[in-house]
Amino acid sequence: MTDLAGIGSVLGAWYDFRDLNNLQRLITEWIADWGPDWLASIITGVLGALGILGVIGPTLLILIWVERKVIARFQQRYGPNRVGPKGLLQPVADAVKLILKEQLAPRAADKLIFFLPPVLVFIPGILIWGVLPFGPRMSVADLNVGVLFLLAVSGTAVLVLFMAGWASNNKYALFGAMRAVAMSISYEVPMVLALLTLVVFSGTMSINGIVQWQQQEDVIFILLFPLSAIAFFFAASAELNRTPADISEAESEIVAGYHTEYSGMRFGLFYAVELGNTLVVSAFIATFFLGGWWLWGLDQWVPSWVILLAKTGAVYFLLIWTRGTLPRLRVDQLMGFCWKALVPATLLFVVVAFVERTLLISEGWDTTVALPIMAVFNIALSLGAVMLFARVARPAPLRRPARIRMAGSDIGGLNAAREVAARREEPQLQVGGD
Amino acid sequence: MTMSDDTRLAMQGTIEALTSGDGSEPVVVNLGPQHPSTHGVFRLKVTLDGEIVQDAEMRIGYLHRSMEKLAEERTYTQNIPFTDRIDYLAAMSNNLAYCLAAEELLGVEVPPRANAIRVMFAELQRVASHAMANGTFINDCGAWHTPLFHMFRDRERVLDMFEMTCGARLTTNYMRIGGVAFDLPDELLPTLEQFLADMPENIANYEALLLENEILHARARGVGVISPEMAINSSLSGPVLRATGVPWDLRKANPYCGYESYEFDVPVGEQGDCFDRFLVRMAEVKESLRILRQVVDTLPDGPYLADLPLHARPEPGESYARVESPRGELGFYLVSDGGPAPYRFHCRPPSLINLSALKEMSIGGTLADAIVTLGSIDIVVGEIDR
Repeated sequence: MTDLAGIGSVLGAWYDFRDLNNLQRLITEWIADWGPDWLASIITGVLGALGILGVIGPTLLILIWVERKVIARFQQRYGPNRVGPKGLLQPVADAVKLILKEQLAPRAADKLIFFLPPVLVFIPGILIWGVLPFGPRMSVADLNVGVLFLLAVSGTAVLVLFMAGWASNNKYALFGAMRAVAMSISYEVPMVLALLTLVVFSGTMSINGIVQWQQQEDVIFILLFPLSAIAFFFAASAELNRTPADISEAESEIVAGYHTEYSGMRFGLFYAVELGNTLVVSAFIATFFLGGWWLWGLDQWVPSWVILLAKTGAVYFLLIWTRGTLPRLRVDQLMGFCWKALVPATLLFVVVAFVERTLLISEGWDTTVALPIMAVFNIALSLGAVMLFARVARPAPLRRPARIRMAGSDIGGLNAAREVAARREEPQLQVGGD
Repeated sequence: MTMSDDTRLAMQGTIEALTSGDGSEPVVVNLGPQHPSTHGVFRLKVTLDGEIVQDAEMRIGYLHRSMEKLAEERTYTQNIPFTDRIDYLAAMSNNLAYCLAAEELLGVEVPPRANAIRVMFAELQRVASHAMANGTFINDCGAWHTPLFHMFRDRERVLDMFEMTCGARLTTNYMRIGGVAFDLPDELLPTLEQFLADMPENIANYEALLLENEILHARARGVGVISPEMAINSSLSGPVLRATGVPWDLRKANPYCGYESYEFDVPVGEQGDCFDRFLVRMAEVKESLRILRQVVDTLPDGPYLADLPLHARPEPGESYARVESPRGELGFYLVSDGGPAPYRFHCRPPSLINLSALKEMSIGGTLADAIVTLGSIDIVVGEIDR
């Protein structure tokens, strides 16, 4: 007990690294003593932004290394291991190379609009970090409409991609940009609906509020709404242009999509922002569905931001994993999956969340009893929905199994082909089909 | 006055747009000659309506090295290295086909050990080539190189065996008229045994990863379909033909090098789509391993090269020999006028002829389908252009 009391006494002191907000609060109070209020909020805002930039920059460099190493392990390679210890300096070397490279612009490009996107793309990429709660009081701006802000800011990014694709005056770039726009518009719907489920159920639009709700009710949202979590994960990975949904920069089809014509650090900026977005999306998935900075009381002992980073890392690993394993879907299949599968599924769970929330409030049910029952019900409903989709929405060519037969002694042309096809015996190999 | 194709296409598009009244016109996109998916310097010019391919035009010749003409200046033995460079992913098969043609012209009897070694390396080459074909095919479907690298691991082991036998990995120059250049080194057979022991597990891993992959099914099933009649009429061969269900394999239909004494089967598909081509290749690798097992078990002793003068001068005449290369029917046609060099040296490249069906397969599909179809045909540009 004495230990607990000791920890309690440092809580709130500036050196209590479990909540870095304490430092900022001290500065705010100190400025408020002698200065006007607006100065305090501006200075703390700038400090927060600098803090985020200072964290993201080095994290991105490490993440590039992590992603390349992990992908390399999936592929039975070593990955970067030449520059620095264990290849850790490889991203730095890459960045230096990109900065020194010549920055080409196509002669027919619209110079101003071609120049702007690599810069503009940073704005939503950085802004979005502002509403991410790293701890109970650790967010640059704890907006009461944080979810709305998040969706609005992430939606603007696609405009920049379209500018890049349009200004490049390149057909691949234009294709990539068109695909990016189409996909962003489509996949924002299930994303919004998945978040709406949480907003309806927890009754708050504040991101920190959603985390605190999970803390209060002692449950994480992925257990309550697994299908919404999966839909959000998939929609987010589509927004991020990562395999299996990287159609807007599909290498084997349209070379590099909207950033085909960008070279040197201009490409590097796109790449960095894409990676940063991947990180922030992992962090938001961790926040919304995995409890964010909270982990069943562990946040009393471990700094909350460490918990969030660990969860973010887990989601990020999942994103690398899917990227390293799966092939890419076709454009029409991706759109079809969004509108025919994700939108109905997330919509269903908005309704479910609404009904369950109403039951909780109007009937006054005890949440410790009701929530586990609802979780089991929702998981069963999710499984049912997935199985129904797999049965109903499968495209026609996939309903027949693919068969490989052995020709045996029938060698020849069409007649032999008919002989082999007419055989009664089981084919050598049969895959797929219903 | 002649019009360039581009102008004609553009005019055609404008006219269509004007007459259809919606103000839209098709977009012409050049895939290649520098493009990540064209497997070399090959150019595919597609006319797109949105994402739908309306027309596909293949432009070849970027890798033309005039091999057939150059070969008329060199002796029969000196021509063998050219055949490596025709299909650099299946150098052994090309060596073999050329040597068979030259042997027919010269009337040489090949010793049995040489034949067994030839079968061994031709089948190893098939394993390596199919690993490459299937790996890049999955890549064209959009996977992030993972299956490719796993399959490259197997290919690497095959290339190591080539290296220990003849010193080269890709352009092997191993077969000779009347046999092979060197006898097997001592360490080859243990390495091959180990390879044969490891491969079933590796193949099982690939199958576990890929065969039931829903995304791969969605991308490759019902894509790039060609009917057996059309395939035969287009003179297709190899896995592309067998995927349509036609059981045509030269190792069975017209055995050479003693293939008739080995037990193996010819896998055929049903639908003739990209996925069937992939499955046929997977099954063929297993059959190749079966043949390799038998070759190792029954490897005869004796000379590995027939006794033959280095600069043989065949009688005037002509010969055509064909083998089942990993890509299909690979034939060499030689004409001799009695001199030290062939009067005519012609290659029937399976890639070129299989590629001719790409237009048929890809029109009406999307751009992404055309890429997957191109990957499933498994072209080698060196062989197309020679």
